[in-house]
Amino acid sequence: MKIYLDDRTLTVERGTTVAAAMLNAGVSVFRESVSGEPRAPLCGMGVCYECMVTIDGQRELSCQTLCQEGMRILTR
Amino acid sequence: MTGFDLIVAGAGPAGIAAACRAAETGAKVLVLDNNPAAGGQIWRNDIPALWAQRLSNVEVRGGCSVIDDSILAHGVPIVLATGARELFLPFPGWTLPGVTGVGGLQALVKSGFEVRGKRVVLAGTGPLLLAVASLLRKRGASVTCIAEQAPRSALLRFATGLWRYPLKIAQGIELGGSLLGVPYFTDCWVEEAYGRDRVERVRLSGFEQDCDLLAIGYGLVPNTELATLLGCTLQDGFVTVDAMQKTWREGVWAAGELTGIGGVERSLVEGEIAGLAAIGELTEARKLFSRRAAWHRFASHLTGAFALRPELRALPRPDTIVCRCEDIRYNDLTRWTSAREAKLQTRCGMGLCQGRICGAANHFLFGWQDTSVRPPASAAPVSDLMES
Ligand SMILES: Cc1cc2nc3c(=O)[nH]c(=O)nc-3n(C[C@H](O)[C@H](O)[C@H](O)COP(=O)(O)OP(=O)(O)OC[C@H]3O[C@@H](n4cnc5c(N)ncnc54)[C@H](O)[C@@H]3O)c2cc1C
Ligand code: FES
Repeated sequence: MKIYLDDRTLTVERGTTVAAAMLNAGVSVFRESVSGEPRAPLCGMGVCYECMVTIDGQRELSCQTLCQEGMRILTR
Repeated sequence: MTGFDLIVAGAGPAGIAAACRAAETGAKVLVLDNNPAAGGQIWRNDIPALWAQRLSNVEVRGGCSVIDDSILAHGVPIVLATGARELFLPFPGWTLPGVTGVGGLQALVKSGFEVRGKRVVLAGTGPLLLAVASLLRKRGASVTCIAEQAPRSALLRFATGLWRYPLKIAQGIELGGSLLGVPYFTDCWVEEAYGRDRVERVRLSGFEQDCDLLAIGYGLVPNTELATLLGCTLQDGFVTVDAMQKTWREGVWAAGELTGIGGVERSLVEGEIAGLAAIGELTEARKLFSRRAAWHRFASHLTGAFALRPELRALPRPDTIVCRCEDIRYNDLTRWTSAREAKLQTRCGMGLCQGRICGAANHFLFGWQDTSVRPPASAAPVSDLMES
């Protein structure tokens, strides 16, 4: 299955969440905090909101979203 | 929603057990969970075959967050089984990328994160450290050390009490085998994590260690937000239930980590009782009381052994972030006397996570109890989901 991360194309296995796919692709910064600190997944289970990215135009929790063919993910 | 005899919120072991027991008497059961699939924390993407099979008569809907009391409007009995999340305690560097929960890292690995070759430090408290270390090793990670904050004496006392729970001994032997050679330190905790844009090194009690990932977890806190919204009564942070797992709110039962922390067997037996009781099978439910009592005893051993030490309160520095959503620092909070006051004056706990991370930390650091719950603005009420 293919997904698009910023300007890269990633091949991922079915059942992988967007957060896992991004970590596997070497992304370490998922979002910037209100004071400009780098942040990345903490809880892995939909509680902390640190893994929020833009998926197909919507702000979503990447740890709670399964990759779908052709998905477009933006980290900034 | 019409046409169901029982609705279960949460598809972890407790919710699954409740749903299966009720469905096996012929009831039509609906289970809702906010995760993409059923399983909860321990069975994420991996439900034991026996339970998976029993679950085949139950309608399970993933990606469904239950967020308000519209679930009660239909007069169908409800079992709450929303489980727990991890407790995080702030220390300098805990906001760096690469610092995750212990269970958080487990969840990420189970949803596809590849950790082969990564150096991982695990720190915090409780048996979850060992379970996750074992999983990480199986997936090819190098677990450089495990730091348990509890004193050695408390752990020994816990271990000698285990003979009463043969199942736990068997699990322990299996775990021990898969962890041979991993340094395990007691009386040891993370004081600081260092790194530029991600964690690179960590200082533990008395030594430093390089790492690619640092996983921390200081135990679990129950997800009581929904129970609070529905009007259930809480005591010491947990939902209060009677012998039949019935809450003080009419038509609502609760089971699993929501009523107390104590592992999967405790959650399962409470779930079974709640599921049966909620559809009126009280005689069957009563047959499970002695099994439940045994796992309740186990749970209290667990809580005693892994109590948090006071030194952990001294870890944040004045500029250490406590509320990660709003970047509120430790010294922004010290002058206030309650969660409510801190919220009004600093926005602490007002961000996207609604205090679900910093609320429990502040309870430990300052003794504050945050009892206010707002339904999230973004999610749809359950009645909409039901009608679609
Ligand atoms: C991150 C984490 C990892 C863990 N890993 C292990 C382990 O490896 N081994 C072990 O023995 N124990 C583990 N535990 C302890 C574990 O929680 C219990 O052993 C067991 O899973 C508890 O079962 P439960 O059904 O009570 O709750 P859970 O398994 O937590 O299930 C609750 C379910 O409810 C869902 N939910 C919560 N709120 C809502 C809502 N409002 N609407 C819809 N759904 C909702 C959750 O997403 C979850 O799927 C872990 C705990 C955590 C927090
Ligand atoms: S990692 Fe915490 S919400 Fe996704």
